[in-house]
Amino acid sequence: MSNLFNIDIVNPEQSFLSKDNVFEVVIPAVEGEIGILKDHIPIISFLKPGIIRVFSESEEQSFYVEDGIVEFKDNTLSVLTSSIFDLKDADKNFVSESISSAEAELSKDNIDDQKRFLLNHKVEVLKSISIN
Amino acid sequence: MPSLDDLRKRITSVKSTQKITKAMKMVAAAKLRKAQENAEKGRPYSEKMNNVILNLSKSITDKENAPKLLVGTGEEKVHLCIVLTADRGLCGGFNTNIIKKAKSYFEKIISENKTLKIITVGSKGYDQLKRQYKSYIVENISFKESKNINYFDADKVGKIIIEKFEKNEFDICAIFYNKFKNVITQIPQEQQIVPLNEDKDDKDGSGNDNDYEFEPDEDEILSNLLPKNISTQIFKAMLENSASEQGSRMTAMDNATRNAGELVDRLTIEYNRSRQAAITKELIEIISGAESL
Repeated sequence: MSNLFNIDIVNPEQSFLSKDNVFEVVIPAVEGEIGILKDHIPIISFLKPGIIRVFSESEEQSFYVEDGIVEFKDNTLSVLTSSIFDLKDADKNFVSESISSAEAELSKDNIDDQKRFLLNHKVEVLKSISIN
Repeated sequence: MPSLDDLRKRITSVKSTQKITKAMKMVAAAKLRKAQENAEKGRPYSEKMNNVILNLSKSITDKENAPKLLVGTGEEKVHLCIVLTADRGLCGGFNTNIIKKAKSYFEKIISENKTLKIITVGSKGYDQLKRQYKSYIVENISFKESKNINYFDADKVGKIIIEKFEKNEFDICAIFYNKFKNVITQIPQEQQIVPLNEDKDDKDGSGNDNDYEFEPDEDEILSNLLPKNISTQIFKAMLENSASEQGSRMTAMDNATRNAGELVDRLTIEYNRSRQAAITKELIEIISGAESL
C-alpha cells in the first residue's frame, strides 16, 4: 500500500502547486509545526509565517508562507494562502523589504501581543531565509 | 440634400470610427481570454474557502457566541452596498446593468426606512450613482492605476468593510457585480456577504460526517477566516466583473463595427446615386441645349 497523498496549494490568483505523490508535509500551523502523513485525521488550522516543506518521492520543496488556512480531508491537503513563494526563487530584495516593513510595524506602540508575536516570528523566519 | 463633398466626408469619418471600434473589439477579445483564464484560475481558492467555512460553521453549536460576521448582528437596519463596476465605458450595458440591479435594491431599502450606505468600486459606478444617491455614498474606490486585478486590491476593499463592521457601521453587506456566463450574456448579481448566507449550501448534508480536528478552536479559526473570506468574495467578484467587462465590450464593439459597416454601405449608395443624378442632369442640359440650336 502506498503511503502517498495529495497536496493542493492555491492562492487567490491561481493554483500554486498540485501534487499527488507526497508522503510528508510539514506546515507551520499557528500553534506549532505539524507534520502531516497519509491518513491524518481531518484537521482545519491556520498558518503563521513560516516554511512549508513538501516531501515527495523525487524531491523536497520548501515554500515561504505568510498566512493561510490548511484543511486536511480524505487524504488531500489543501493550503489556502495569499502570500507564498518558493524558497528557490526567493527574491533577496523582497525578503529584506519584508523584514524592514515588519520591523517598522513592530516598533509601533499600539500593537497587541498576538500581533507582536506573529511579527517577531515573521522577522525570524525571513532572516533565516536571507542567510541561506 | 447633402452635397457630394459632404457625403464623401461622412463616409470617411464613419470608416475611421469603424476602424476604432474594430480595434477595440480585437483588444477586448485578447483581454477577455486572459480575464477568463484568471477567473478560472481564481475559482479553486474561493471554492475551497467556502468549503472550509461551511464545514466550520456546521460544527459550531453555540450560535449565540459565534462570530458576528457569520451570524450577523441580529439587526438589519443599516445596509452597506458595494457596487463593483468598470473604470471605463464603451462596454455596452455592462455598467448600466449593475447599476440598475443596485438601484432597485436601494429603492427597496429606502422604502423600508432602513439606512443605506454605498461604497462604489470603479469610477463608472460612482459617476452614475452620484446624481441620485450622492448623500448615501460613503466611499469611492478606484483601481485605475493597477493594470491587472490583484488580490491586494481586493484585500484593501475587504479591510475597509471589516473596519466598518467592527465600528458597527452596518448590519448587512451586499455586493453587486456581473457574473460572467459567456461572451454575450453577463448576469448582474446581488450577493450578501455579511452575514453569510448559509441556507443555500444546506443541500449536501454529508458534510456532517467529517469530524474535524480544529487547532486552535473553531471560534478562533472562524474569526481569522471570515475577514479573509470577504476579501476572497470581493476578489472573485472583481475577476468575474473583469471577464464580463471585456466580454460585454467585445460584443458592443462588434455590433458597433457592423452598424458602421451598414452605415457606410448606405452612404455609399446615396453618394453614387447623387453622383449619377448630377451626371444625368448635366447630360440633359447638354442635349436640350443642342436641340434648341
